[in-house]
Amino acid sequence: MSRLAVDGLSLRFGGLEALAGISLDIAEHALYAVIGPNGAGKTSFFNCLTGYYRPSAGTVSLDGRDITRMAVPDVAALGIRRTFQNVRVFPRLSAHENVLAGAHLRSSASLLGTLLGTPAMRRAERALADEAQRWLEYVGLADKSRVLAADLPYGMRKRLEVARALMGQPSVLLLDEPAAGVSSVEREELVAVIRRTWESGVTVVMIEHDVELVMQLATRVAVLQRGRLLVEGSPEDVRSDQRVVDAYLGRRRG
Amino acid sequence: MARNRSALIALAALAAAAILPETGQGNYVMSIAVQIEILMCLVLGLNFVVGYAGMLDLGFAAFFAIGAYMTGLLSVDLHWPILATIPPAVGAALLGAVFVGLPTLRLRSDYLAVVTLGFGEIIQEVVTNLNQTGGPEGISGIPPLRIGGLVVTTNDGYYNVFLVLVLVFVAVSFRVRHSRLGRAWLAIREDEDTAQAMGIKVRRFKLYAYMAGSVFGSITGSLYGSAFIAIAPPSFGFNESLLVVMAVSIGGIGSIWGGLLGAGIVVAFPEVFRQFAQARLLVFGVVLVLIMVLRPQGVWPETGLGLDRAARVVAQFRGRRGEAVAARHRAAGVERTP
Repeated sequence: MSRLAVDGLSLRFGGLEALAGISLDIAEHALYAVIGPNGAGKTSFFNCLTGYYRPSAGTVSLDGRDITRMAVPDVAALGIRRTFQNVRVFPRLSAHENVLAGAHLRSSASLLGTLLGTPAMRRAERALADEAQRWLEYVGLADKSRVLAADLPYGMRKRLEVARALMGQPSVLLLDEPAAGVSSVEREELVAVIRRTWESGVTVVMIEHDVELVMQLATRVAVLQRGRLLVEGSPEDVRSDQRVVDAYLGRRRG
Repeated sequence: MARNRSALIALAALAAAAILPETGQGNYVMSIAVQIEILMCLVLGLNFVVGYAGMLDLGFAAFFAIGAYMTGLLSVDLHWPILATIPPAVGAALLGAVFVGLPTLRLRSDYLAVVTLGFGEIIQEVVTNLNQTGGPEGISGIPPLRIGGLVVTTNDGYYNVFLVLVLVFVAVSFRVRHSRLGRAWLAIREDEDTAQAMGIKVRRFKLYAYMAGSVFGSITGSLYGSAFIAIAPPSFGFNESLLVVMAVSIGGIGSIWGGLLGAGIVVAFPEVFRQFAQARLLVFGVVLVLIMVLRPQGVWPETGLGLDRAARVVAQFRGRRGEAVAARHRAAGVERTP
């Protein structure tokens, strides 16, 4: 059964066609990779899935429910979480507070409970704080919980963003270039985190430039080129597809 | 560790504040102290809007005015006790917050500042021109605050009343800061678009910030009216709004302790500089500019006083200089510095 079904998705900015009629199904518990050259429309695709962009045509549905025109927070409420290509952590909050912010939809704090600091309230807050710490450990940032996000190096900020997304208990996690710009050691850790998350039952969709990483992780791969779906299939199929080789390496002349 | 130190400093300040009336200060000092407390209350209110939710608000005095005038009207014309006038004052302020908030919260930064500025001006113009609010003369003869059998009539008395109010506001600010509501505000301040991805309904929470601010502002206004017996439009103009914004930014945007310190600086410095006579506001201005240049993050920012960080920077600088010296020695062929 497909979790995310995309049908005829198109997105136009004036005369520019960022996405042109993309249709694909992302199965329950897939580790789905979207690859393609720069400007292929990968991030635009993510923005359409999460409500940041209103597609010009086509539909996106989650478990059969149309989410095409939903606002960003409503899409989040259905269990879709994402990270951003240009890491968007909250700079002047500590790592721990960043992760806690991801729990917004999970806590049901009443105003009165907050003001009075009722025992139930405190217990709930305590539990969330502990869980946030566990997610920091999960991505290998246990000792950074009190450091301001702005003071963390790039690779750590990327992992912090993943922890924040996971705090929201997503059923679908969208990762926009999780391994871009991180060191090879950190890359290994990231791969481990992604794999573990996927194994725990989360459907993972990732945009990635690193083809090797995609082949190593993904169960299913879609290749975009100039806003169109070029190929979709298993990593083996995609790797050997002549059109993909052409798109990435260029066609042999003559 | 930094948190413990902040708490210690705060406790010491509280102890000093609590015994101030007992130290036999004159009326002059006590009335300045009351003014500081009032500004502290307003600062804590504006802190929800500017500090937590990150929206510039240049018309905050409007809520202060709504509180003061509601209390003035109800207590003088209808002889309500002061405490009973607070709920309707808060209600009116909440209405005002929704009125200005709903249509404008889709605006960002500069535009929002202009609209809030306009709202502040409108409220001041309205109370200046309505006969019911006493026009330019305002309202006088506001009765003293009664709490049970206790009637507060002296400066010292109001000093204590506002001290309690400051403490309550501080406690509420801290509670809210570390709750779902506060975290949503901070996320919006840090990055509105990303906050949405956590499921935060940005416009709704921005409205909440206005409402929270208006509650603090109007309660302060209610008690202000009672403390000063008479109220008049000039106390609620753009200057007052600006003073609150100034205190927030000097102290450190979003910082509770910083805001309190900022209120103290903004009220006390012009008094301290009285020896410069006519030039005192000039000196005050220069001091403000110096503070913002030397400490743009505020005197006491949210992230703490920064003593640990300063020590780290110094250590790093020393370390780097040490390395540089070592490098020079190496270059000169010296194996090891003595």
